Order: sequence, then C-alpha cells, then structure tokens
Amino acid sequence: MTDDDAELAPAEQVPENAPEAATVPAEVRSPWTIVVRVVAAIAIPVAGYLSLSWAFGFLREGTANRLLIVLVAIALGVGGVFFAFWAMDRVVDWLPDRWRDTVRPYVFVGPALVILSVFLVYPVINTIIMSFKDAQAKDFVGLDNYRFVFTDASMLRSIRNTAMWIVFVPLVSVTVGLVFATLADRLRHGEAVAKSLIFLPMAISFVGAAITWRLVYSYRPAGFGSNIGLLNGIKVGAFGGDPIAWLSQQQWNFNNLLLMVIMVWMQTGFAMVVLSSAIKAIPSEIVEAARIDGASELQVFWRIVVPTIMPTIVVVTTYMVINAMKVFDIVFVMGNAESNHTEVIAERMIRWFFIQSNDGRGAAIAVVLFVAVIPVMIWNVRQFRQQEMTR
Amino acid sequence: MSVTTPVPPPDFTPTPTVRARRGHATLDTRHAGWFTRITIAVVVLLWLIPTLGVLVTSLRPVHLVETTGWWTALAHPFRGASWTLQNYRDALDTGGFQNAFLNSLAVTVPATVIPVTLAAFAAYAFSWMEFRGRQFLFVLVVGLLVVPLQMALIPISRLYIDGASIGSFRFIPDFNLNGTFLGIWLAHTGFGLPLAVYLLRNYIGSLPSSIIESAKIDGADDFTIFWRLVVPLSVPALAAFTIFQFLWVWNDLLVAYVFLGGTSSTRVLTIALANLVGQHGENWQLLTSAAFISMTLPLVVFFSLQRYFVRGLTAGSVKG
Repeated sequence: MTDDDAELAPAEQVPENAPEAATVPAEVRSPWTIVVRVVAAIAIPVAGYLSLSWAFGFLREGTANRLLIVLVAIALGVGGVFFAFWAMDRVVDWLPDRWRDTVRPYVFVGPALVILSVFLVYPVINTIIMSFKDAQAKDFVGLDNYRFVFTDASMLRSIRNTAMWIVFVPLVSVTVGLVFATLADRLRHGEAVAKSLIFLPMAISFVGAAITWRLVYSYRPAGFGSNIGLLNGIKVGAFGGDPIAWLSQQQWNFNNLLLMVIMVWMQTGFAMVVLSSAIKAIPSEIVEAARIDGASELQVFWRIVVPTIMPTIVVVTTYMVINAMKVFDIVFVMGNAESNHTEVIAERMIRWFFIQSNDGRGAAIAVVLFVAVIPVMIWNVRQFRQQEMTR
Repeated sequence: MSVTTPVPPPDFTPTPTVRARRGHATLDTRHAGWFTRITIAVVVLLWLIPTLGVLVTSLRPVHLVETTGWWTALAHPFRGASWTLQNYRDALDTGGFQNAFLNSLAVTVPATVIPVTLAAFAAYAFSWMEFRGRQFLFVLVVGLLVVPLQMALIPISRLYIDGASIGSFRFIPDFNLNGTFLGIWLAHTGFGLPLAVYLLRNYIGSLPSSIIESAKIDGADDFTIFWRLVVPLSVPALAAFTIFQFLWVWNDLLVAYVFLGGTSSTRVLTIALANLVGQHGENWQLLTSAAFISMTLPLVVFFSLQRYFVRGLTAGSVKG
C-alpha cells in the first residue's frame, strides 16, 4: 500500500500550496515578509491541528469510562476549534502593523481552505490517478477499469438506473413539494403542523428509512410465516389473491420505482419547505392585481407563482439531482441489488471498493460519477457569478 | 454555540421576513376550500403512515408482530395485552445501543460545531474582508459542493493510515486517525464545509454594510465584529446549517462505517442499527424499536430549531 506514496505526494502538494501562492500581495518587498506570512498562515493551523491530535492520542490510550471519554471528546472537539481561532487571532495581533491586515483574512479562511484541500481536492486528484491502476492500486493498467465500467452488464444497469433516479426523484419531489406548499399556504390553521409532518422523514436516517419501508414492502413466501407488510395487506385485502414479493418485480422497473419512492418520501419535505418560503416572498400586489383582473387560481399559479419562484425551483431541483446521483444507502440496505437489477452507480462503487476490494474499478466508477456531476458544477458556478453581479 | 452577550440588536430586520409577513397576510384572505384541505390531509396521511407503522410495531408484543399486520392493532387500541415496552428494553440490551448512542453523540456534536465555526469565520472573511484571491477561492469552494463524498473515502482513509510523503520526506505523518473521533470529525468537517460556507456567505454577505462599517469606525477589530456583531445577527443561518449538519452526521452510515468501523466499542447508532438488520433480518419488534431510538434525538433537535430553518436557509437566494 505504501508503494504509491511517491505517486500521491505531488498531487497533495498542489492544492496545499496553491491558495498560499495566490495570497502574497503585490506590494510585498522583502522576501522575509513572504516567508513569515506563509509560515504563519500554514504553521498556526498546523500547530493547532497537531496539538489537537496529540491530545486525542492521549485520550485514546486511556481505558476510562465510556461516558467520560465521550464527554472529554466533545469538550476537546468543541473547545479546541474555538481556542484555535482565538489563539491565531492573538498571534496575528503580535505581528508588525503593516502585516496584520494582510495576514488576518487568511487566518479566517485558512482553516477551511486547508481542510477542503485535504478532504476534497486531494481525494479527487488521487481517485483519478487510482482509476488507471489495478485492483491493488499498484500498476497502471491504462483504460481497463473504464472498459469494465462501460461493458459490465451490472454496471450498465446501474448507469441506466441512476439515470432514472435523477429524473424521477427530483421531478416527483419538487412537484409534490410545490403543490403542497401552494395549498398549505392557504390554510388558516395547521400550516406549520402539516409542513412539519411532511418534513419529518428528513430527520430519519437512511437506515431507519430502509427499516420503515421494509415494513411496507415486506414479503414472506408461503410457509415462512404470515405476511405483515402494509402493501401486501392492502393488496390481499382489496384485490385478494397471493401476496407479492414487491422488491423482485422487475417488470417495468417496478422494484426500482418502489426504491425511488423511499427517497421521494425522505426529500419532498426539504423541497416543500424551501419552495414554501419562496412562495411567501412573492409580493402580494402582483397576485392581488392578477386576481382583480379575473385570473383563476390555476392561472395565478402557472402564470405568476411558478415563473416568480423559478430560480428557487431550479436550485432545489439541482440539489435533488445531485442527491439522487449519489444515492447509495437505500439500495444498499434494501439488499439484493444485483439479483433484483436495482443497482445504482454509487452503490456499485462502494461494492467494488469495500466488498470486492478492487480499488481501480471502484475509483473508475467514482470518476464516472464525478464527471457526470461536472455539468451541474459549471452551472452552479455560473449561477453564483450572476448572483454576484446583480447584488 | 455560545452567543456571548449579544449587542442590543441594531435597527435591522431581514427584509425577506418583512415581505413574507406582508405577502402572507393578504394571501390569507383567500382561505382554503374543501379540495385544498382534503388534498393536504391525504398527502400528510400518506407521508405519516410508514412512520406510524414503525411506531405501532415497536410497541407490540413479539407474537402479535409476527402473526398480524401492525394496522390490526389499531382496531383495538385500548386492549392492554396488545401493547408492550419490552421491545425497547430488548433493543437497548442486545444491540449495545447505549454505547452506540454515546458514540453517536461524541461524533455528532463536534462534527457539527467544527464545520459551523470554520465556515462562519471563512464566510465573514469572504464577505467583509479584502484579500487576494477572494473571488477565486470562493468559486472554488462552491464548486466543491458537487464532489461526491464517496470519492474521498479511500484516499482519506489511506492518508490517515499511511500519511503522505515525497520520497523519504514525510510531510504528513501517519497520525493513525482511522478509528478515532478526531478522524471522523475532520472528515465530516471537510464534507460539510462547502455547503456551510455557501449558505453562511449568502447570509452574512447580505447583512447591512452600515452596521459593520460603523463598528469598524468605532475601532472594533475583525474578531470583535465577527464575534459580537455578525454571529448574533446570523443566528438563523447558523441554526439552519447546524440542523442540516447535525441531521446529516447523526444519520450518516457510510462515513462512520469507513472511518470508525463496526467494532462494538466505537460504532455509532446507524451502524448498530444496520448490524441489527443484518443479524436479525426479520426481527421487526427489535428493528422498529431500535429505529425509533435512533430517531429521537434528531427529531428533538429538528423541532426545537425548526423555526430558524427556512429563514436561514433561503436568505440571499430569495429575490422579492
């Protein structure tokens, strides 16, 4: 595993130094100034990080009571970060006058940038390199892993399924969320309660949601106990006949659809809450004027409400698309993805990384996922630029 | 989050709220018809039924859970024999849930506070401080919003175990952070930061510049302005992100699985729950009560902070 250290090192170096290089202001004359600034900007967060990790190593050795360890850990984590910022700010105060104002912004943004470089930028570069290597991440194998991604039957199915997730989940969540927000806006009482109940699944973990929905979709073959699943209860109660193994129904991707319903159930609340606040921000004069001119409620909704909150709809939809793209837990916990043909890309990736221990293939799948997200990223950055200009 | 002696709030009310109030009052004059009420009731019911099933199942004795659907219990709600708390006792004993609950707490609280703090400082700098590369760095941070975190898991766990070096010079030592709380805090911080910086920058950037300028003229330094002025004024946004991050970390299975592992001493609630699913595939009475135990804290946090949620999340993105 250590063989690729030399490989990884240069990649690590780039994001670490890039922000610092950009920081050195033009008016700096003495090279000492640069050195001190760079050293200060890097050394202080690193020192904080080291002392925190030292304290933690100390804590780890201890075999004290669990509750005590947990309390110390919380105090250390929470207190540590506050102390680090305070200490860094004090250090900047000791610097000569003309350096303070230049250094201080980097004390404020520095820790965030360092963490982002280590935990997001570095892994992206590392994974791209790894995707061209073999299962142990040792030797380069060219495009083999990508060939696997685009030829393996299970992989292709996962790409097709993910495409369905991306379309279905945002479409249904945003539609239901928008309609519900619009209707709930007219309630005189109970709007908050209704909205909280729709939002409630957001507070449940994917594992908890999977248990919840297994109880809905549960199926037992004849001779393995009675069927206690809600869906089979309704099916047998209303239409008679035998219970159905819902999650094995591959016709028309019915089982895929049943899994997507779980995500819709979890995420609609978020869409609804955000859209609802956008609806409430529409200036009432516009809506009133339309009504006076004789517009029906449906016309008000389509011609005024929807166009006005379009920016918010787009943002929420994008967020949902990204989330649907990364979906993993639901499929993983509901089980038997391969035999049921319910694989998705992120689930395949975890399987190849952690269960089949094939780093190269796992990395290649990750890169495909990342590349699929890039158009969204470009769009995101453009949106931000536009927003900046209009501010 | 200690908000130390908040300054008396200056004459400042976030504009979106004002608009919302005004707009809402007039929209209200058109009150809901039957169609609206029935639609809302149906949707709420649909959304509630799955959770209700879990709650009811968790409170029924084993032999009833195994033989009849949970909805049959609702036919005789007052029959004492059809309800029990035994499942919760069993789940707490067998699953090692007490330990897991403590571990979840030890992971979640710092993994929420650290990114909120880092992001708040960064957002302040991005909004109100002048420095080289401000625009570029912020765009970079926003761009990182879309990196799938699954991509980062392997490289980071390697970094934790092996460190990183150029040749024989080891510039990042092997801290051996795998399986430690610090390791998972930092990982969650990294994954949560882009959204946190983005949301907080939107909010903090939209504070009226007159307040900050006048504080500067009065001789307050940036740290004081941030701590005494910006933090108290940004409570809605901070709370919104705190809820978000708390729910996300508390409910996370993947990051905890990779960095803390499934051993009984370090595992968190979601992993204990997932293990229970694996071991007792059909032990519904245990699964449901365990699931409910894991839902309690997030629900408490959500309902106690929810009034901040919308305000903080959408400020800056809403244009009236």
